Amino acid sequence: MNTAAVTITYKVPVRRHPVRLFITQQPLGAAGLIIIVLMAIAAMFAPWVAPYDPLAINYNAMLARPSAEHWLGTDSFGRDVLSRIIYGARTALAVGFLASFIGSTIGAIVGVVSAYFGGKTDMVIQRIMDVILSFPIIVLAITVVAVLGKNIVFGLDINLVIAIGLPMVPKVARVVRSSALAIRELPYIDAARTAGFSHLRIIFRHILPNVVAPYLIMLTAFVAQAILAEASLSFLGLGVTEPTPSWGLMLSGAAADFYEQAPWMIVFPGLAISLAVFAFNLFGDSLRDWLDPKIKL
Amino acid sequence: MDLPVATPVAPSLATSSPWLLEVEDLHVHFVTSSGVVRAVEGISYKVKAGEVVALVGESGCGKSVSSLAIMRLLAKPAGRVVGGRILFEGRNLLELPDEQMREIRGRDISMIFQEPMTSLNPVLTIGFQITEPLLIHLGMTMEAARRRAVELLKMVGLPDPARRLDQYTPQFSGGMRQRVMIAIGLACNPKLIIADEPTTALDVTIQAQILKLMKDLSRDLNIALVVITHNLGVVARYADRVNVMYAARMAEQGSATDVFASPMHPYTTGLLRSVPRLDQPRGRRLETIEGLPPNLLEAPPGCRFAPRCPARQDACIRVLPELELVAPHRYSACIRARELARVGPTGLGLQSATFERPQPKALTRGEPLLDVQGLKTYFDVSSGLKRHAVVRAVDGLSFDIQRGETVGLVGESGCGKTTVGRTLLRLENATAGKIMFDGKDVTAISGDTLKSYRRQIQVIFQDPYSSLNPRMTIGQIIAEPMLVYKLQPNRAAAKAKAAELLTQVGLFEYMIERYPHELSGGQRQRVGIARALAMKPSFIVCDEPVSALDVSIQAQIINLLEDLQQKFGLTYLFIAHDLAVVRHISDRVVVMYLGKVMEIADRDALYADPLHPYTQALLDAVPVPDPALEVSRRYKVLSGEVPSPLNPPRGCVFHTRCPLADDECKMNIPELREVRPRHYAACIKL
Repeated sequence: MNTAAVTITYKVPVRRHPVRLFITQQPLGAAGLIIIVLMAIAAMFAPWVAPYDPLAINYNAMLARPSAEHWLGTDSFGRDVLSRIIYGARTALAVGFLASFIGSTIGAIVGVVSAYFGGKTDMVIQRIMDVILSFPIIVLAITVVAVLGKNIVFGLDINLVIAIGLPMVPKVARVVRSSALAIRELPYIDAARTAGFSHLRIIFRHILPNVVAPYLIMLTAFVAQAILAEASLSFLGLGVTEPTPSWGLMLSGAAADFYEQAPWMIVFPGLAISLAVFAFNLFGDSLRDWLDPKIKL
Repeated sequence: MDLPVATPVAPSLATSSPWLLEVEDLHVHFVTSSGVVRAVEGISYKVKAGEVVALVGESGCGKSVSSLAIMRLLAKPAGRVVGGRILFEGRNLLELPDEQMREIRGRDISMIFQEPMTSLNPVLTIGFQITEPLLIHLGMTMEAARRRAVELLKMVGLPDPARRLDQYTPQFSGGMRQRVMIAIGLACNPKLIIADEPTTALDVTIQAQILKLMKDLSRDLNIALVVITHNLGVVARYADRVNVMYAARMAEQGSATDVFASPMHPYTTGLLRSVPRLDQPRGRRLETIEGLPPNLLEAPPGCRFAPRCPARQDACIRVLPELELVAPHRYSACIRARELARVGPTGLGLQSATFERPQPKALTRGEPLLDVQGLKTYFDVSSGLKRHAVVRAVDGLSFDIQRGETVGLVGESGCGKTTVGRTLLRLENATAGKIMFDGKDVTAISGDTLKSYRRQIQVIFQDPYSSLNPRMTIGQIIAEPMLVYKLQPNRAAAKAKAAELLTQVGLFEYMIERYPHELSGGQRQRVGIARALAMKPSFIVCDEPVSALDVSIQAQIINLLEDLQQKFGLTYLFIAHDLAVVRHISDRVVVMYLGKVMEIADRDALYADPLHPYTQALLDAVPVPDPALEVSRRYKVLSGEVPSPLNPPRGCVFHTRCPLADDECKMNIPELREVRPRHYAACIKL
């Protein structure tokens, strides 16, 4: 036999600190994260950040243009738009993020479970999802809010979160299920089964991490929808009610009547929503790439 | 076969050069986020009209990339040709305007791809896809194009061509699709066909048919053929001239007979000896090329092969050797080529001088470890329209495996060999029959009994890319079963054990923190083996463990499996379609066809004297890497295709393709019987 010794050298990669790695490798995602963090800080410390009381009515400054005094102008009650946007971030971020997080996560688990067990289980779960899917989002949300009523915890209406999150479940479940169906057939799942691992371990350790990409995409896309759904519900009087500041209410309330005289009433809350959605999307996309070991170095 | 005469196409301008295609000093780079990959570095080769030229090499050596460069089909913007010329009939293809290049593609040069399942469009009829180039390039009328299409399908041996034209791809089998691909390639009477691994995705008997077809067509129609392949047997059966590539560079060029008879590059020698061969006695171990091909992102300065070359000298590591004329019509990129030609591979230490016979295993014929009795696994594929459709994937299988033995299970795709493995692993449930493991019936166990069974029986999968969870590190993958079954007290101990297993399968401890995608195919396969060993099993089902690997890596894995068997007293069921590999590793062989056993015998008896006509045909179909032998060999090509397992033939399942079959075979299902001592076959003609 041939015994010529052959030495082969390999380079061992040095792994850097994950946070620093994220910032250097995903600068856009880091920018998105910074925007989200800034918004969250502003929302949390609103009383110190906001120049005015968001509820203070000032009849002397109704529909005031943006000026040094009111940076973003005032609304039809003379309330400061900037202050209302800062306070409104509380509801927007809390409801928007929580609702889509809860909705998407439940959806992802339902989707994976449905795909993994297949057969009758899959059939039953998918038909339930079909039923939920057949209701228009707003109708479903109205029903949930109407049935459950208000349930305020830490100043946040939990039932509103559920009402907005529920319609997302079947959508995420559908998408995640189709990815999970493909993954279920891969040999590494067979390997886990031949190793005799429990269903729970296979679902949570082996399948879920591999469907994180569609999950994160859906999650970040739904943050925007949740903020808008909150607006619609508030407009119908089922969500946040006047005079509590909320981005959705600011857009859909009296602002619509004054868009010609006072476009800032509608433009700035709209921009706030866009910025939040943009930040979540940037962060979500980067997070997806960053969580994929194939893209990490 | 009587070939219809091809419709003549307008002759091209006469050129002065005798060469149809000249690739000169071609350089191709791929720009990636981690740097520039030099995929092709200065390769040159020439092709005469009507000649068959092979490009041989392992994956990543640049053989496919160089042919895509000829067609100007490199993936943009990452891939670009940075130097060299490609002359086709004297015109440099790299400088042609896009418009003219499009005219050449499909008309003068056509291409046949590896994967017949995905290279045809499933929503268009076959007729549409064959007539498309005729309408575009030759401006034929629809009727003329259809006539030509019928003629082409007849030429590639597809029965009932007129009716076939209006069918869609899913109605065709893999072999038939590859025939359709060839028909499309031939449509405009090209001067050159580039075939990229044309038979790799096909079964051996179908491969033999397609190879014969392509060879006949190229000879009869005077079409030059560039065949890209990693299979040396295919090269030997096919090629007039051979170009061996290694790590983006040309290693050796010459006529097929010369290169196979006396290779003048150590890599070629290595390739030739690492393939298990049917025409030579089985050695004790496969001789391998150690190590891995270099990373083309940062290739070593000297000869690309030097780190793996047993005959390297100091100069090899410093100087990059150029391809030189070393003997009449022989080119080699090795500074010791002349020496190699003079003293032969054994003289340079490239091949062991003595032939070692395999040591016979001391197997006790007692109580078998695994005893399968009348196993049946059916799949219900009934849908709303087709009521009660059942695929009989495994239909009455009986065999046993002794402790420490390796039983090979061979057959073509769809014969049910993988289902046998999956049923033994209890990934599928048996419809009928019994699986006795270590004296206990495990056919229908569940719960804790099943769990303890699963600790003793493990699996190694075919595809090293999808058999490891991409989101877990190597360490986590190997340690997981030890932690779940508490084979190790804590994480640290499990990690240490995982590191130990990694070294046992020939990897390095530091790889424990790596993710699967950071390893090569062969390394991943080793991780898969380590994961199986983590459970301390007594029995391992190896489901095509080497068929996705390059030949030089294949030999390493086979040797590893043999070493581990000795060390841990393992028992293997080795499922494969490669008869030569099965012969090398197995003690006994089971041949399957359409869910049924055709023949069971000890290895040497089976290969020396196959009884069943199917086994004989299988062995005949395998091309042997020796052109001299291939020329003199009179192989019978088995006609037809494997029937659908949904609707298997009555009587003997093989009678539709069997050369011996008569009416009696259509009536009676042959029983497996002991024709000779310990040699079983299922054929009434014996």
